[in-house]
Amino acid sequence: MTGRLLLWRRKSVNIVMLTITAICTVMAAGVLVYILGYLFIHGATSLTWNFFTKLPTPVGETGGGMANAIVGSAKLLMIAAVVGIPIGFLAGVYLSEFGDGPFAFFVRYVTDLLNGVPSIVMGIFAYTIIVLPQKHFSTLAGGLALGVMMIPIAVRSSEEFLRAVPKSLREGAVALGASRAKAIFTVVIPAAKNGIITGVMLNIARVSGETAPLLFTSFSNRYWSEGLNQPTASLPVMIYTYAVAPYEDWHQQAWSAGFVLLTLVLGVNIIARTILARNQHVAR
Amino acid sequence: MGVTFLCAFSILAITAYVVWELWINSALPRHQFGWSFLVTQTWDPVVGNFGALPFVYGTLVTSALALIIAVPLGVGSAIFLAELAPPMLSDGLAFLIELLAAVPSVIYGLLGIFILVPALRIVEPYLKSALGWTPLFSGPFYGVSLFSAGVVLSVMIVPFIISISREVIRAVPNDQREAALALGATRWETVWDAVLPFASKGIAGSIFLALARSLGETMAVTMVIGNDPKIKASLLAPGYSIAAVIANEFTEATGELYTQSLIELGLVLFALTIVINGMARLMIAASERGKV
Repeated sequence: MTGRLLLWRRKSVNIVMLTITAICTVMAAGVLVYILGYLFIHGATSLTWNFFTKLPTPVGETGGGMANAIVGSAKLLMIAAVVGIPIGFLAGVYLSEFGDGPFAFFVRYVTDLLNGVPSIVMGIFAYTIIVLPQKHFSTLAGGLALGVMMIPIAVRSSEEFLRAVPKSLREGAVALGASRAKAIFTVVIPAAKNGIITGVMLNIARVSGETAPLLFTSFSNRYWSEGLNQPTASLPVMIYTYAVAPYEDWHQQAWSAGFVLLTLVLGVNIIARTILARNQHVAR
Repeated sequence: MGVTFLCAFSILAITAYVVWELWINSALPRHQFGWSFLVTQTWDPVVGNFGALPFVYGTLVTSALALIIAVPLGVGSAIFLAELAPPMLSDGLAFLIELLAAVPSVIYGLLGIFILVPALRIVEPYLKSALGWTPLFSGPFYGVSLFSAGVVLSVMIVPFIISISREVIRAVPNDQREAALALGATRWETVWDAVLPFASKGIAGSIFLALARSLGETMAVTMVIGNDPKIKASLLAPGYSIAAVIANEFTEATGELYTQSLIELGLVLFALTIVINGMARLMIAASERGKV
C-alpha cells in the first residue's frame, strides 16, 4: 500500500513539475510576444511618410520626422564597421588558423571579457580619447565607440565560421604547393564567405540599436550633420529623448522610430539566421 | 601572417587602453575620496561631494530582483524546451527567443515607460496588500522605481538564460537520461537527478552572464528607475543605478571633479562586470569540458 502511495506521489510530482516548466515557457514567450506585438501595432499605426523625409520640428510644433537621425545612424554604423570589422576579422583568422597555444587562449578569454563590457563604458572610452581632446561631440567619436563594441563579436563569429571549413580543403591547397597564407586567403576564407558575411550583418544589427555609448559621443542634433566632425542625431538616441520628453506628439514619434529600428534589427536577424540554418543543413 | 597576429594582439592592447583611459581620467576623485567613494551616500554636485553608494545599491538591488524573477522562469523554460517540447516547437521557440535577445535595450525602455509602468500601477495595490507589511513594499508608488527597473531587466535577461541553458541541457549525454529512465525514474526525476546536476555549471554560467548584462544595462533602466540618488528600504521608491547616472549626468557635468567622478563610476562598473563575466566564462568552459 505504501509502495503504491509512493508511486502515486512520484507520478503527481512528475506531472506537476513538468506542467510548471511548460507554464514558464508560455509565460516567457507570451510576455515577450505581447510587448513586441504591441510595439509593432502601435508603431506601425503612428508611422507617416514625413518620418523618413522631414527634420524634427521645434518643441511645441507637431509633425516633422527623423530623416537626419536615419542618415546619422547610417553614418555611425559605417564608421563602426570600418573600425571594427577588419581588426575583428583578421584576429578571427589568427585564432582559427594559428590559435592553439596559450596566447590564443588568452586572446579568446579577453575577447569574451571585452564583449561583456557595458556599452556605456565604451562610450566613456570614446569620450576620453576623442571628445575630450577635441572639446566637442562628433560622429567620429560615436562611430568609434560602436566600432570597438563590434570587434569581439567579429572575432568570435569569423573564428567560428573559419573553423567550420573542413581540414581537407586546407591540406589540399597546401599539397598543391600553396603557401599557408595563400591557402587561407584563396581557399579557406572564400569557403567560409557566407557565414562571415551573415556574421557581419548580425554584428551591425546588434550595435545599430546601441544608445548608451552615443549619448556623450555623437550626442544629438536637431539639424543635418555635415561630415564626420559634428554631433549627429541617431535613431536610438532620438527614441530615448522623445520617450522621456513630456510631449504626446514626441511619444508618437518615439513609437514610430522604435518600430523602424526594430523592423530593421529583426529583419536582418531573421534573414541572417535563415541563411545560416540553410547552410548548416547543406553541410550536413 | 603577421597581420593577423597583430590584430589578435591589438585586442589585448585595446582592452588595456580602455582600462588605462578609465584609470587616468578618474585620478581626481580617486585621490580626493579614496576608497570611501564606494561607501559614501551623498551625491552632491553643487558642493562637490561625490559618493557612489546609492548607485551601487540601486545597481545591485535591481539586478538581484531581475535574477529572482528571471532565473526560475528561464531555467524552467529551458528544461521544457530541451527535454519535453517536440523538436519543431523547441527550435521554433528558441529561434523566437534568440530574436528577442537582439531587441535593443532602448526599445525595452520605451515599452517599460508606456506599458510596464502603467501595468504596475494597476498591480501595485494588490502587491501592497499582500506584502505591504514588509518595508520592501511600503511607501508611495509613482510608477518609476527600483521595482519597475528590476522587472524590465528580468524581461531583458530571460532570453539569455533560456537560450544558453537550453544548449547546456541539450549537451548532456543521453546515457544519463537512459540510465535514470531504465532504473524506473519518472521524467521529472530524470531531469532533476540525472540531467540538471550534469548541466548545473553551465546553467550557473548562463545566470552569471545574465547578471553581468543586467549590471551594465543602461537605457531601459534609466528610463524607468526614477533617477533619485537616495537609498530607501522600499523597492517601490525611485532609485538610481551606476549606468543610469552616467547616462543622465555625463553631458551636464560641470567641472573636472564631477566628470571624473562619473568616469570613476564607469571604472567601478567595468571592474564589476569583468569579474562576473570572467567567472561565468570559466564556469561555462568547465561545463563544456565535463561534457566530453
